[in-house]
Formats: sequence, structure tokens, C-alpha cells
Amino acid sequence: MPASICSPHDIATLLERWLTARLEPAALAWLDEKLQAVAAGDKKTLFLSFGLTARKVGKNDLKLNSDDLAAASTLRPGWNPRFWTVDQAARVLFVLKFPATEAEPFVAVLDQLFAAGEVHELVALYQGLPLYPHQSALQLRCAEGQRTNIPAVFKAIAHHNPFPSEQLNEDQWNQLVLKCLFIGIALDPIFGIDDRANARLAKMLTDFAHERWAAKRQVSPELWRCVGPFADDAMLNDLEHVLKTGTEPERQAATLALESCPAPRAAQLINTSGLNPYHLSWSIIAAAST
Amino acid sequence: MHFIDPHIHMVSRTTDDYEALAAAGVKAIIEPAFWQGQPRTQIGSFQDYFSSLVGFERFRASQFGIHHYCTIGLNSKEANNEALAEQVIDLMPLYLTKEGVVAVGEIGYDDMTPTEEKFFRIQLELAKDVDLPILIHTPHRNKKVGTYRSMDVIEEHGIAPSRVIIDHNNEETCKEVLDRGYWCAFTIYPKTKMGNERMVDIVKQFGSDRVIVDSSADWGVSDALAVPKTANLMLQRGIAPTDIELVCYRNALTAYAQSGQFNESDWLNTAPVDQRLLFEGNSVLRGGQTPRVEETAEQGIIR
Repeated sequence: MPASICSPHDIATLLERWLTARLEPAALAWLDEKLQAVAAGDKKTLFLSFGLTARKVGKNDLKLNSDDLAAASTLRPGWNPRFWTVDQAARVLFVLKFPATEAEPFVAVLDQLFAAGEVHELVALYQGLPLYPHQSALQLRCAEGQRTNIPAVFKAIAHHNPFPSEQLNEDQWNQLVLKCLFIGIALDPIFGIDDRANARLAKMLTDFAHERWAAKRQVSPELWRCVGPFADDAMLNDLEHVLKTGTEPERQAATLALESCPAPRAAQLINTSGLNPYHLSWSIIAAAST
Repeated sequence: MHFIDPHIHMVSRTTDDYEALAAAGVKAIIEPAFWQGQPRTQIGSFQDYFSSLVGFERFRASQFGIHHYCTIGLNSKEANNEALAEQVIDLMPLYLTKEGVVAVGEIGYDDMTPTEEKFFRIQLELAKDVDLPILIHTPHRNKKVGTYRSMDVIEEHGIAPSRVIIDHNNEETCKEVLDRGYWCAFTIYPKTKMGNERMVDIVKQFGSDRVIVDSSADWGVSDALAVPKTANLMLQRGIAPTDIELVCYRNALTAYAQSGQFNESDWLNTAPVDQRLLFEGNSVLRGGQTPRVEETAEQGIIR
């Protein structure tokens, strides 16, 4: 992600426009006043206002329309604020307004917000990751966030967020995908889920599937999505097993996974499935299985 | 009947307790920041503790359908480490304005040292700055003098008694606390503070106005179900349900709602906006569990 594509200033302008259209005059006046102080580098006002945000601006959904969402993804490819709320938008706006000429002091202030964050604040902060300046300086923050035990915080990183696919290294990325399956949240909303499939991830996922089978537990059909493109012979055996013995969503998932596999045997297996991959989609499988 | 336990230290409790609280009808709990059994020596220990009160512990409670709130404060015992106490005071503004922080507390006296009093007064001023109610911990030793002195100091700072909850009262302190207009809380804690049979007698004598029952369950031998067990005993011993509702639910709600952060709609509304992140996709109690409060009468007594 070249920094030039994403301008924190333009994003702040867009967030301000959305909030101006949605907030009551008193809330807006409070926000404007605090934003001015924060933009001047007033750290204390940043910390206090960041905490007070929800009780000042409320927690309604932003309710963005398709034009708003298009504007968002034009400014920042991959940014999808469809499920954002006004307090989340305002909190991210506070961060974007804080002076950030130098990476180090900016990240230090951001670290303080993260360290003292309550649950709602952490969700907002992690959702905003792809929008902050100094993207490459935030990679460890993202990896740290992935270690959370709070599903809402984890989802703020994993779902509808382009930051992980752009910044995480392969080990970190693979942990992100595996943890989604481990804690039972969908893969489909992960930005870049197909682009970053890799052979080591495929091996981790099939090992995980074997563990689950040994424990007589369900395996999410979505698991096979990242296995298909890198499936070796043993993994093709697994997919054949799913085709023969799986539930309907699992068989559909195996068929789609095989469709993405370049090995000739994959095409033969699809023919035995009785399913047409062109009538299937990962989104529908994800919706049916989570 | 719904209950609130407005004083319970859940970081020291297990998921069994959360299940039992939910099964007994406890809808909301308040976790005051306090001593953890051993003095902290580093500011980072306080910061991580405060962060867990507004973060992971709140999430943990939500998994059981329980709404978790907290108070933030420097307790009197650890206020005696003056160098560390200064740093905690500097840290507090970062937490006092957070969602779900319903008071400054628990603060007050332990040994009644001048250092304790210094930080007590500083925190009273902080509470005024952020417009939050105050939760007072009264000392275990020299209780009567400590309780009266706490109220004198609060009044010196011009704080209205209606903004202050005085906790850990007993038969000797409660009349003065009520007469001076404060919320008067009782901790049902085996052996040391108050038993629930005594609590029944107190409500019979003093009524239900501004009286609050809590457990202060923590890392010691204590009972997380003290509030529902006490309510049950009151019912058995002829106290009117409307009075039980006041002392085991409504008074705590009224007192802490002054923060603007403690609203009945949080738990009465089935899909509250405020909690959707926390409750989303989490398991709540499955049916069929036997509430522990309905065990035999003898098991329901805390002495």
C-alpha cells in the first residue's frame, strides 16, 4: 500500500462530512471544538475526548449509502465502513487529526490509546488501522491485536479491513486466518483472503481439519477456500473425502476449492461431485455455515 | 426478580460464579477498583488492572449475559505508597471518562494516615471535575471514627451526600450515614463485615430508603451470590418485595445512574445498541440450570 494512495487528510474530510450530516448541533459543536485542540497537538484533549466520544455523539449506525461506500473505497482501496457507527467514525477522526509528521511520536500516542482502550475504543482503533499515517510502523500493533481474546476486537482487525492483507507477513497472515476458524468467525469478510493464500497456510489448515476430525468436531466449510489453490496429493485426498462424506455446504466448499486447484486430478474430482462450481459462491457458503 | 450487585471484584472470580449470578437473576454488576490482596509496586500494574476492568472483564461478564460496569480509583491501602500514588492519580483521567465507569472509587481510609487523607481529598476533587458519583470504602478497623471522618471530609469539599455511596456499613454506623443523607451500602461478607440475617434486621429497623446490599466478593472467602441469597432470606422473613427490590436493585441503580453510564435500558432492552459488540455471538446461559439461591434455607445463610 503506497502511502500516496491513502491521504489521512482526505479521509478525515470525508469522515467529518458524514458526521456533520448525522450529528445534533450540540454534539457537532463539541466535536469541532475538541478536534481543533487535537489538531493543534493537545494530547490531553485527545485522550479525554476519545473516552467521552460515545456519550457525546451517541452510537447510532452511520448508515452509509452506496455512494458513501464508493467514496470510501476510492479514497482508500479496501476500506469498507459499511458497519461503522458514529462513535467509531468520530474516534478514528480524532486519531487522524492528531499531528503525525514523524512516525515515532505518532505511534507512541497511538500506543497509549490502545493500552488504555476499553472494548468499544479498541474496536474503533483497530477498524481505523488502514486509515492512519505511517502504515508500515503499525504492523506490530496489528499482530498484537490479533492475540486478543475478545471476538469483537479480533473481528475489527480481520473483517472488512485491508490492513492485514497489505502489512502482515506470511506467518502473521496465516495465524490470522487460522484463528478465525479456531474461534468460529467467517473467512469471507477477510479482505484479500484469496490473494494471500499460500502453501504453508494450506498445510496448517489441513492439519487443523485433521485435528478436528480426530476429535469428532465439525470443520468449517470455509477452511477449504485457502487449501484449494495449493492442494497437494494428500490435500486432494482430504477434499475427495469431504466430497464423499461431507454435509452439503462442505461438499459445495470442496467443489469450489477444487475449482481453484490447478492439478488435473482436481478437475476429475469435480466431475464426480455432481455439483457445478459456477452455481456456487464462497459468500453463500460462509453465510450458511457461520 | 432482577438484582444488581453494585460491589463485586470479578477479576478474582471464576466462570462458575458468572453462571451462578446469571442464573440467580443478577443483571448488572459494578466492579470497584481495589487492592488485589498484595500491594502493587509498579504503575504498569495499575494501568493493566484498570484496562482489564474496562476491557477483558467486561467482555468476560458479557458472555454470561451480565452487564459489567466499574469504578476507577486509588484505594486507601495503596495510597500509602506516596511515590506510586502520585503516578496513579496522573493515570486516572485516562480512565474516568470511559464508557461504563460509574464512579470514582473505592476510596477513603484504611489506617487513617495523613497520606491516605491527601489522596482521598485529591480524588474527591477529581470526581467533581468529571462529575461522577463517589464510592467510599470505610475502614475495617476504627470503623465508626473512619466512617464519620470520611463524611466530614466529603462535606468539606462541598460534595452533596446524594452523590456518595458509603460502603461496608454496620449496625453502629448506618444511622448517622442515613441521617446525613448518604447512600448506605452493606457488604454481605462471611465472618468479617455483615451477615444476611443481621441485614434483614437492619432493613426491618431502618427501612429501605437509600439502603444498598452488595457482596464485595473478591479473592477472600466470600460469596458471589450474597445479594440474591439475602433477597431470598428477606422474602422468607417477611420483608415486602417492594423493599427488597429497592435494596437489592433499584437503589443501586438510582445512585449510580447519576454517572449517566448506568442505565436500566442496557439490560432490559434485548438488543441494546450499547452492548451489541459485547453480546454479539456470545453464548448466554442455557436453560435448565438450578439457581443456587434456591438451595436449602441453611445453605442460604451467610454468617
